[in-house]
Amino acid sequence: MSALTIENLDICYGESKVTHDINLSVAEGESFALVGESGSGKTTVLRAIAGIATSWTGSITAFGQARSPGIDRGFARQCQMVFQDPYGSLHPRKTVDATLSEPLAIHGIADNGERVDEVMQSVGLDRRFRFRFPHQLSGGQRQRVAIARALILRPKLLLLDEPTSALDVSVQAEILNLLKRLRREQGLTYLMVTHNLAVVSFLCDRLAVMRHGRIVEVASADQLKRGALEDPYSRELIQFSPSHPA
Amino acid sequence: MATTRDWLLDDSPSSRLQARLGRGYRLSRALMRNPLAMVGALIVLALILAALFAPWIATHSPITQDLAMRLKPPSAEYWMGTDELGRDIWSRVVYGARITLMIVMLVAVLAAPVGLVIGAIAGYYGGWVDRILMGITDIFLSMPKLILALAFVAALGPGIQNAIIAIAIATWPGYARIARAETLTIRNSEFVSAVELQGASSFRVIVNHILPLCSSSMIIRVTLDMAGIILTAAGLGFIGLGAQPPLPEWGAMISRGRSFILNEWWVATMPGFAIVIVSLGFCFLGDGLRDVLDPKHGDRQ
Repeated sequence: MSALTIENLDICYGESKVTHDINLSVAEGESFALVGESGSGKTTVLRAIAGIATSWTGSITAFGQARSPGIDRGFARQCQMVFQDPYGSLHPRKTVDATLSEPLAIHGIADNGERVDEVMQSVGLDRRFRFRFPHQLSGGQRQRVAIARALILRPKLLLLDEPTSALDVSVQAEILNLLKRLRREQGLTYLMVTHNLAVVSFLCDRLAVMRHGRIVEVASADQLKRGALEDPYSRELIQFSPSHPA
Repeated sequence: MATTRDWLLDDSPSSRLQARLGRGYRLSRALMRNPLAMVGALIVLALILAALFAPWIATHSPITQDLAMRLKPPSAEYWMGTDELGRDIWSRVVYGARITLMIVMLVAVLAAPVGLVIGAIAGYYGGWVDRILMGITDIFLSMPKLILALAFVAALGPGIQNAIIAIAIATWPGYARIARAETLTIRNSEFVSAVELQGASSFRVIVNHILPLCSSSMIIRVTLDMAGIILTAAGLGFIGLGAQPPLPEWGAMISRGRSFILNEWWVATMPGFAIVIVSLGFCFLGDGLRDVLDPKHGDRQ
């Protein structure tokens, strides 16, 4: 079954149209990347799927159910998002425990203590971090908390908005390994935005290259590794990607 | 002692309570390193103690008249002299602390939450909700505080309760503006998006995630405004629209002493000192709190 299908998606910010006629389909259990330069509309697509960007036309179908613009509670349990900047995505006055308990409180899930412990363990956070404030954590630890927050509702689809680009190189590798392991262990589907092609070849099965709000090419990660992308813009992207061996 | 301190400063607290107390402890330590803030805190503490223990601190009754002893200069018997009805000014100033403290607390309790909630709602929803609420706020804000309070007291009738209500009505718009500005900066941050994505209701987002971040600037603002509130209350008392005789309200006392200011200076000066010192105390404390609580000072909190 397809986890996510997007057809003819046009997203507007006010008067200006940001994406044009986006079509893509992500299979369940697949890891799919959206790549492209800044301003190409990749993050906007994620925001529309999640429900933060509300003015769009076309159709978004997740697990067989059509999405309407805006956030809905039922969908929140199936799909969560991890933001780019772990310094901005955690409430500065809330402890890790409070941040992780909040989704459980929203959805009226009772077994607070254990589930927080369990999710912290699965993202590799030691128990002693549980009652710390974000300013007492490093960037990588913060991003682990953000991932734990997204996972605590046990969603099937995870939207990842450049989850490593705000981190140090060594920490990036840790988080990428974590994401890879979590996907394998929990059978997650990823839709990931990035401009780092090395991340794509490490973590993703397929990718779509976006430019000026359009998808110019959909290819498999194998094609990327072989340098066998067809569209001239995609080839250019590979050529100017410093971190990619091709 | 050392173990309590270690427990409070533990880098890995083991419970919510410990995390919260630890944060409080760090804040109060930062506040104590600021001498002016400590002076302010001591003055405010003195005000609170004077109000609580007025009957034990005062040497005479604040309202019993003794015409044989009228207009006596400061002496060992009457520390701040006596007024035109022979009442001990020191005792009246001490009892006046009760009235001042009551005014300040009630205004803060009435005005700050109203302003906070209105500002947060306006900032969070935006659009026409924002326009309507801020329109109302601007109408109130466009009139000088004392004049607005005067108009309300004139309409409601003189008296201390009405003065408090009037001052509260004149004060909330400022808080609403601040809360709205704070909310606008928080509104689009990713941690708010994140809880929204989890399906949180607007009520939950505002109460649990936005208001806690507005509250520190609100505490600072309210503390700094206390001086203004005291002055407004004293102003109303001076004109005769605040506390009514024989209540020992500082503004009203200055007003009574006005006629003797050339020959019996202490009658107006002593309550004047009280107003100046207490206002100054609140200003110092507010400044200190700003240094400690201001989010722009980054990770020190």
